[in-house]
Formats: sequence, structure tokens, C-alpha cells
Amino acid sequence: MEKRPSYYQEVKGKGIARRDFLKFCTTMAAFLGLEANGAGQIANALQTKPRLPVIWFHFQECTCCSESFIRSSHPLVADIVLNKISLDYQETLMAASGFQAEEAYQAVMKKYPGQYIVMVEGSIPTENEAYCCIGGRSALQILEEAVANCMAVVAWGNCASSGCVQAASPNPTGAKPVHEVISGKPVVNVQGCPPIADVMAGVVVHLLTFGRIPQLDSLGRPKAFYSRRVHDTCYRRASFDAGLFVESFDDEGAKRGYCLYKMGCKGPVTYNSCGIIKWNDGVSYPIQSGHPCIGCSEKGFWDNGPFYQHLPSVAGFGIETTADKIGLGLGVLTAAGMAAHAITTNIRKHKEITNEPETNLKES
Amino acid sequence: MKSRSVPLREVYVWELPVRIYHWINALCILALCITGYIIGNPIAVMKGTEAYQNFWFGNVRFIHFVAAFLFFFNFVFRTYWGFVGNEYSRWYNFIPLKKSQWIEILEVIKVDVLQVKHKQIDSIGHNSLASFIYFITFLMFLLQCLTGFGMYAAMSTSYLPQLFAWFVPFLGGDIAVRQIHHILMWAFILFAIVHVYLVFYHDYIERRGITSSMIGGWKFIEEDVALRNDDSATSTSPKKGKK
Ligand code: HEM
Ligand code: SF4
Ligand code: SF4
Repeated sequence: MEKRPSYYQEVKGKGIARRDFLKFCTTMAAFLGLEANGAGQIANALQTKPRLPVIWFHFQECTCCSESFIRSSHPLVADIVLNKISLDYQETLMAASGFQAEEAYQAVMKKYPGQYIVMVEGSIPTENEAYCCIGGRSALQILEEAVANCMAVVAWGNCASSGCVQAASPNPTGAKPVHEVISGKPVVNVQGCPPIADVMAGVVVHLLTFGRIPQLDSLGRPKAFYSRRVHDTCYRRASFDAGLFVESFDDEGAKRGYCLYKMGCKGPVTYNSCGIIKWNDGVSYPIQSGHPCIGCSEKGFWDNGPFYQHLPSVAGFGIETTADKIGLGLGVLTAAGMAAHAITTNIRKHKEITNEPETNLKES
Repeated sequence: MKSRSVPLREVYVWELPVRIYHWINALCILALCITGYIIGNPIAVMKGTEAYQNFWFGNVRFIHFVAAFLFFFNFVFRTYWGFVGNEYSRWYNFIPLKKSQWIEILEVIKVDVLQVKHKQIDSIGHNSLASFIYFITFLMFLLQCLTGFGMYAAMSTSYLPQLFAWFVPFLGGDIAVRQIHHILMWAFILFAIVHVYLVFYHDYIERRGITSSMIGGWKFIEEDVALRNDDSATSTSPKKGKK
């Protein structure tokens, strides 16, 4: 096997200072929630281990995960993963095309069996496989072939983790997430639309440092980043508990930065790191910018809208109909039913009420 | 004075633990529905103040959670009592496994719902239809606890809520869990309304003292009905009902 350079060797060649390199390792260790010596472990791995071969597929998606990734806070992240590390095959970013490109990824599979990582952006159509074909083969065929000998699969974003907008009702392409169409290999669901760049980097660094996938929650998401709700780390939480709510985007509450719960904020039902790691180098995140969380890292978030309403509308009852409206309607019907029953009772149960059938009735 | 003499027997139907359970349950459900509704639709009463000066929404949620724990343990207790209590509170009343129970369900529908037939229903405790509805409400209690504690698990490290954490991924995520929890509130409200109405209805036409039976435990049952029930209880169950 040919000698593959380590990450550090690659980035050093690009003029990244040792100091920056170590800063990166420390940040990553903190994000991953490692012990104090975690930074050292990461630095060691990046300096000694050969780069991970990666095949990165784009199926039914919008490339927002790649976009997010290349905007990650530390230049090393994008550098490491996109330029250096790996990307032996990445449809959007690779220089090769056509047969050359196909050869590149066939070569990875042959050269590094059991060692390469398959990263997937996008969902897989199952209604008709022809909805997503590359090089004359369907997404499903390509994925199955690539996954057969890989070390692990990373599902980027909501599309690959739970289908996202393509799988929203009525799901015309029968879009399915990766973990539903393949089996036998560990799948990491890096949720979000898109996922936070630093979270993506954290997952890659973990794979490289420890040679295995990070600890996952019961929905397949790395626990380090998805074990807390946006709501639990939201800086507006004090307003929530105090009962101070924004009621329209230009009211006094909005100016004072009150809680966005009544604007349909899905923070209380969404597991993500937005409140801690934030976006764009820690600049802000949606709630900090005054917009409610739309729950982009949760399964089926498109179907649980409207976004600006706390309670989702109930399927089959129209977009404005919430459980409360239906409940109230049923309440009125029940009251009407009871009134009708009370009336018929007074008529049909007259004998019971007045004791007429009884013989030993005494009046005085 | 209008009066009549009928041979009646007082029958001890609801033992003290059942009655205590009933009223704790009623109060909990009332508190949970009110606080739950507010959690789902908070009113923005406060304006122009700072967060550190208030905590009313936190208090509403706190009451919800305290009531929730009480509701849960009360429900666990009632389940236990279904195995050790008297014949009217036993579990087998609530699940219509016997043909006789289905026959009575049809009878009750004819007599009390459609009112096309006029006779007394023999059951001294709940009638079979009522029991079956209560069984469904027990399932509702269970589902409400599963969804409620499932959500609660995310904000607690204590042991009990964690036991329910599996239910969230089972439904695909918190959004669905919360929606089901909210919809079920309406099922509770509708049940409570109909329940109270039917208690009034039965007292109105039967005068067996059903309303006060949940306070004192005793019901007035026609002598012949009471004795017939006692006989059948003796003949069908090996353990004679304690009376
Ligand atoms: C009669 C029973 C109950 C009723 C009617 C009820 C009703 C509700 C309602 C309507 C909501 C608001 C949902 C929304 O956001 O739209 C809610 C929230 C909630 N309930 Fe219940 N609930 C009941 C029992 C329980 C139980 C047993 C628990 C267990 C701990 C529980 C825990 C919760 C939690 C954790 C929330 C979310 C509160 C928050 O995050 O702010 N509930 N409940
Ligand atoms: S803005 Fe959203 S996430 Fe933040 S406290 Fe309010 S409801 Fe929770
Ligand atoms: S705040 Fe919510 S919707 Fe916005 S990016 Fe984070 S998880 Fe997604």
C-alpha cells in the first residue's frame, strides 16, 4: 500500500502554523466533550495517522451540507476534510469528471477495503430508482456497492438522516434516509438542515482519532452534539420561564429579545448544538437573530408546520386546524349530544323518574 | 309528603383507597389540563419587564410536573389495587373477556344510550360498558404518562423519567410526542365532561346514590338485585366476595 501523508503533514505544507493546529485540536476536543488529554490524542492522531479515504455522494439534496462545511469556523476544518483528507470522490468539488471520476471512487473501494468512509448528502428515492441516477446507475445501487466494504457511513444532514423536504408528505419520490436502505454498517446521522460545520468536523475528527464512530443517541445522532435541546441551551430561556413572549416580529417583546415560543419556536422539541456552538464561527444562531427555531434537526420537521405556530396542524384537517380547534369542536358536539340525551331521558325515562311503575308509592 | 318504601340494601362498593384514588386523580387531571393548556397556549400577559423579575410560566410548568408525578403514582397505586381490592375494583371488571360482559354492554347501549329498552342494569359496581370505557381511559393515562415523562426525560437526570426516554425515539422525535400529548388533553376533557354528565344521569333515573358512593363508598341497591348478584358471585368465583 502506498504511504499516505498525515493531516498535519498536509496542512503544514500549506503554511498552517503549529499554534493554529493545536488550537484546532483543543477546540475539537472541547466540542466532542473529551477529557483533558483529548486535545493531545487528537493532535497525535492528526500527526501520525494517514488520512482517511472518503467517498462523498450527493443524491437527492441541495448541497447545503457541503456549503455549511466549507464555511466552518476554523480554516483547518474545511481544509482538512475537503482539500486534504480525503475527498477521493466528491461530485461537487472534485476536479475529475465522467469516467475519471468513476475510476477515482472505484479505486478507493479497491485500495482501502474496510478502511474508507462513505459520506452521503441527500436521500435515496425508492418509488422509482430512476429519479436519481449518476453514471447510469441508481443512487441505491451506487450506495449499496460503496457501503459493502466501507468502515462506516456518515449521513450528512436531515436528507440523509431522515429524508428532509423530499420525504415530506406526499413524498413523491419515496425518498428514504440512508439508515433505512442499507444495513450491516454503522451509520452516523449528523442531523440538521444543514448541520453545523463544526459538528461535521467533530464527527470526522472523532472517526480519525479513535478509528470508530462516536457514541450515538437512539436516533443515531452523535450524543456529543445532539443530547440537549436547543431550548435547554437557549439564552432566551430566562424569558420563557418568566413568561415573556414575542407575539409578532415587530412588537416590544421582539425588541427586548423575549422568548419566541409563541412565534412557533421548535427549540423545545429540537436536539442540536445551535445554542452553544452557534453558526459562522460562533457569530449567531437563528434565535439570536430573532427567528424561531424551525426544528431542522428533527425527523419530519417539514410536516409539522406551519413554522410560525406552536402547535402543528393536524394532518387531514387543513393547514390552520390545530388539535385545539378540533378539540373545541368535539367539545361543542359533545355538549349538544348531552343536551339531546338529557331531553330524551326526560321523555323516555319518565316512568323511572317519577317512580310510576312502583306500586308502593304513597302520597299524602 | 311523597314517599315510597322499597326493599333496598346498602352495599359497600368503593373502599376508601379507591375513593381517595378517585379524588386525587380528578384533582390531578383538572390541574394537568389547566396547566397543560396554558403551556400549549401561553398568554403574553407581561410586557416591558425583564426576565429576572418574573417566573410565572416556570411556576405553571412546575405545577404541571408536580401534578404529573402525583398522577403517575396514584395511577400505579390504582393498578395495584386492581389486584388486591374488593370485587368491584378488580382488574377483570374492566376488560371485557367474558361473554356476559359483552351482553351487558349491549344491554347498557339499549337501555341508557339509545333508550329503547327499560329495565335496571344489574351490575352493582360499574356496568360493563362503563368499565370498558374506564379501561380505555387507563390506556390514555398510560399513554399520557409515556409521552409526558418521555418529554420530561430530556430535562431531568433522575431515574424515573429516564425509564420513559425510549418512547420518544419510538415515535420518531419530540415533535410527535408533544402533539400526541396535547391531543390527549382533549380526550381527557371530553371524558371528564361526559363522565360527570353520566353520573348525574344515573342518579337522576336510578337513585342508587351513585354520586355519594364516591364519597361514602355505599350504594343503595334493590334487594332482589343485590341478592341475585351475591348468589352469582358465590357460584362463579371460588373466593366468596367479601361483603
Ligand atoms: C391528565 C394528564 C395530562 C394532561 C391533560 C397534560 C396536558 C399537557 C399539555 C396540553 C401540554 C402542552 C403541550 C404543548 O406544548 O402543546 C403539556 C406539556 C407537558 N406535559 Fe403534560 N399533561 C398531562 C400529564 C402529564 C404527565 C403525567 C407528565 C409527566 C411528567 C407530563 C409532562 C409534560 C411535559 C414535560 C410537558 C412539556 C412542558 C414544557 O416543556 O414546557 N404531562 N401537558
Ligand atoms: S426562543 Fe425557543 S428555544 Fe429559546 S427559550 Fe424560547 S422556546 Fe426555548
Ligand atoms: S435553531 Fe433550530 S432550525 Fe435553526 S439551525 Fe438550529 S436546529 Fe435548525
